[in-house]
This record gives sequence, structure tokens and C-alpha cells, in this order.
Amino acid sequence: MMRLLQAVGQNSLAAATGVGDFAMFTSRAVAAASVTRHLGRRWVRAVHEQGVRCLPVVAIVGLFAGLVLGLQGYYVLSRFGSEGLLGTFVSLTLTRELAPVLASLMIVGQAGSAIAAEIGIHRTSEQIDALTTMGIDPIGYLITPRLFAALLVFPILTMVFSLVGLAGGYISGSLLLGLDPGVYWSAVHNAIKPSDFRECLLKALVFGVLTISICCHSGFTTHRRVGVAGSRAVSASTTRGVVLASTATLAADYLLTSFLV
Amino acid sequence: MSQVDASILLEVRGLRKHFGDHLVLDSVDLAVPRGSIVSLFGRSGTGKSVFLKCLAGLLAPDAGKIQYDSESLGDVRMRCSYLFQSNALFDSLTARENVALPLEQTTRMGKSEIEQAALRALKSLGLEKFADHFPAQLSGGMQKRLALARALVTQPQMVLFDEPTAGLDPPARAAVFEMIVEYRHQFDFTAVIVTHDVAEALAASDRIALLEEGRIRFEGTSAEFGAADDCIVRSFSDNYVTIRPGFGK
Repeated sequence: MMRLLQAVGQNSLAAATGVGDFAMFTSRAVAAASVTRHLGRRWVRAVHEQGVRCLPVVAIVGLFAGLVLGLQGYYVLSRFGSEGLLGTFVSLTLTRELAPVLASLMIVGQAGSAIAAEIGIHRTSEQIDALTTMGIDPIGYLITPRLFAALLVFPILTMVFSLVGLAGGYISGSLLLGLDPGVYWSAVHNAIKPSDFRECLLKALVFGVLTISICCHSGFTTHRRVGVAGSRAVSASTTRGVVLASTATLAADYLLTSFLV
Repeated sequence: MSQVDASILLEVRGLRKHFGDHLVLDSVDLAVPRGSIVSLFGRSGTGKSVFLKCLAGLLAPDAGKIQYDSESLGDVRMRCSYLFQSNALFDSLTARENVALPLEQTTRMGKSEIEQAALRALKSLGLEKFADHFPAQLSGGMQKRLALARALVTQPQMVLFDEPTAGLDPPARAAVFEMIVEYRHQFDFTAVIVTHDVAEALAASDRIALLEEGRIRFEGTSAEFGAADDCIVRSFSDNYVTIRPGFGK
């Protein structure tokens, strides 16, 4: 019993320390924006790394999500003779829930893993120490541009996901199953309110900062992985970053939704 | 008030560092004269690299004082460079970008000025033809020179070398020490070298220090090192008596 209590206590302390360390890390990355030189150039590169490279996967997943929603929605709604509400169903599901969550998960899988691995390699090959000895703040140089890029990339890719998803719903609902296109698009138009749009953007921003910070932090602390070193530590950091960021996305989604609904 | 010796660039007093229960550095004292090359020997695991990382500010000592020109480390970061055993070059940047990095990020120099300074540093080390190559496209010796170019581009007063010849063959090891001696004169820096290459270091260095069990066991000139009676010092010097004539001069 004592051992169990001890283990719970130790793990709780470790978790609290980890959260505190993560919060400090993110705060330092934000604060470093005011002193980091040539931040704009590195920000543009980070936007390309996160945004342009993730665009295809986000668009493809958005299309299939919309196709499936259109298909499932049509068959469920037709049981009640409410096929005309398909546009409402697809648009609200996408805007309020699926677009921010799935876009975030896709960006984490594509860009977040790459970020964690790259920063992990910087750590294991002493490049981060080299920055420190050159008088360059490694957090400002490596983390800040990526964090600020997420503020632009996540909302834009979430919007892309929503638009492509709506098109997917239209393809399966109207083109394949015969729902009148005017009924579909007018339901979409009437369903989405400014508050839904705001909720969608807010979620995208929160997920962006949270997930990219987690991936960056995971890579940055590669040297602290217990029991592994070198390439295995980089691999462990990448896995940890993706798993934590994905879990954090879903947990934050629940919290945000419960406050915003 | 203590008097400041102007001939001493770096002064370490009572430096202590431990990891958990393991005491690595136990009250280390060392004075590095301005413009000199000081080599630090010691068996593997005696804390040489830890000592160097404390000097570079990568590790915080538990106790003791490190003073550069009577100033603390934070004020003189740009006056001190560090050459890593692994070179620590940014593999996604070209040679030119690697050398320009410290100038871009820490000075207010213009873009063309930085470009010129980087090319000048590359040229000084015979790498101007490889300015647009990535580190992975260069040989081990060229990577070492590139790392040195990056370390020297900010015109530091002091360069810390962490096992600069690790993984190199004997001719390449001698060439690295010859390079350090040559560029010390050209760029006018003070060098602290952690190394296992006793023969080359004895020829190239002005002063030698031996770290043993967390303390400086010997400190003196190469000649004094060779003539020392201390059994630990002899275990190093007796094995490395062959020094190429004229080397390092």
C-alpha cells in the first residue's frame, strides 16, 4: 500500500514538474520574440514547413471526412425524412468539431513529428549547446518562429479542411445521392453563425499553440529521456511529442467545447 | 582589494561540480595567460569536458569562480568560442550560412557585411571553394576547419577546444594542432584544449595542466611536464616522448 502511494506521489510530482517546465518553456518562447533577430525570415520558413507541406494531407482528409459525413448524414436523416438538413449537419459538425480537431491531428502527424525529430537531432548533435556558446538563445532561434507560425497555419488549414469537407458533403449528398444542390448549400449558408466560426478559429489557435509547443518541448528535452540516447532518444521524443500533442488536442477540445457550448 | 593580473585572461578558482553523488570537479584552480595555448590532459572520465563546459557556461558549477578578464561569463559570451568534439555544425545550413550564423544572430552587422566576414573566415581556413557545400559533403578535417571558422568569425579572445582531434588519424591530428598554432598567431586568440594527444599538445602548447580525481595535479610548461617527478604525470609523459622536431614552432 505504501509503495502504491509512493508511486502515485512520485508520478504526480513528476507530472506537475513536467507541466511547470512546459509552461516555462512556452513562456520563454513567447518572450524571446522581442529579442530574436531575423525572426521574420525563420517565421516564413516555419510557415512553409507547417503550412505548405501539410496542405495536401489536410485537404485529402477534409475531403474524405466530408464525403463520409455526407453519406452517413444522408442515410440517418432520410430515416426521418429530413434529408434537407444534410447541409446543416455537415457544416456544423465540420466547423464546430471535426475541422479543428482533425486538421490539428493531421498537422501534428506531418509537421509536429518532423519538428520534434529535427529539434531532437539538434539536441543530440550538440547544435543547441553550440547556439548557447555562440550567445544565441536556442529557444528564440528554434522554437519561437515555429510557435508563431502555428498561429497562422492552424486557422488557415482548419478553414481549408472545412471548405473541402463541405465540398465532400456536397459530392456525396448531392452528386451521388441526388439531394438538390440548392437545398444543400442554402442549409449550409443558414446553419453557420459567426459564433460557430469564432469557436472554430479559437480552437484552431489553441490547438496550434498547444501541439507545436508540445512537439518542440519534446524535441528540446531529448537529452532528458531516461534509459535511451542518440537516435533512440530522438525516436522516443518524436513518439512522445506526437502522442502527447494528439491527446492534448482531444482534451483541450473537450474543455473548450464545454466552455463554449 | 585583490590585485588583477593583466597577463591572465581566464582565472578559475575553487571550481566544484558534482552529478548526484559523484563529485567530478573538486576545487579546480587554473589560470590561463593571455595569448597562450593551454592543454588540459587527464584520463577518460576525470571531468575534462565537464570543466570545459563549465568554462563555456553550458554547465553551472556548484561552487567556485570563473572570471574572464575579471568579468563574469555572462558579460563576455561573444569573446569566447567553443569548438565541439562533434563540430556541432548545422547540417541543414551551408558552410557559408554556418559561419554567418553567430554574426546574423548576435550583431547588428548588415547582410553584405556578414557575407563578406563569413567568406573571409572561410578563405582564411581554405574553405572558400566549399562555401555552398553542406557539412555532410565535407571531409572530417574540412568539417573541423569549418567549425573553427565559425568559432573564429566573431573574433573571440578565447577559443575552447573539446578534444579537437577525436576520431582523426595521426597525420590529421597533427594537422589540427598545427592549424591551432597557426591560427592562434593569425587571429590572436587564447586557447584551452582538452585532449588525449599528449605528443602533439606538448609541442603546440605553452602550458600544460593535468586533471586527476577532480583536481589539477600538475600545471606548468611542456618542459616542466616532461621533467616532473610525479608518478601520474610521468605515466602521461613517458608514453609520449616522441615529438616531431620543429612542430608547433
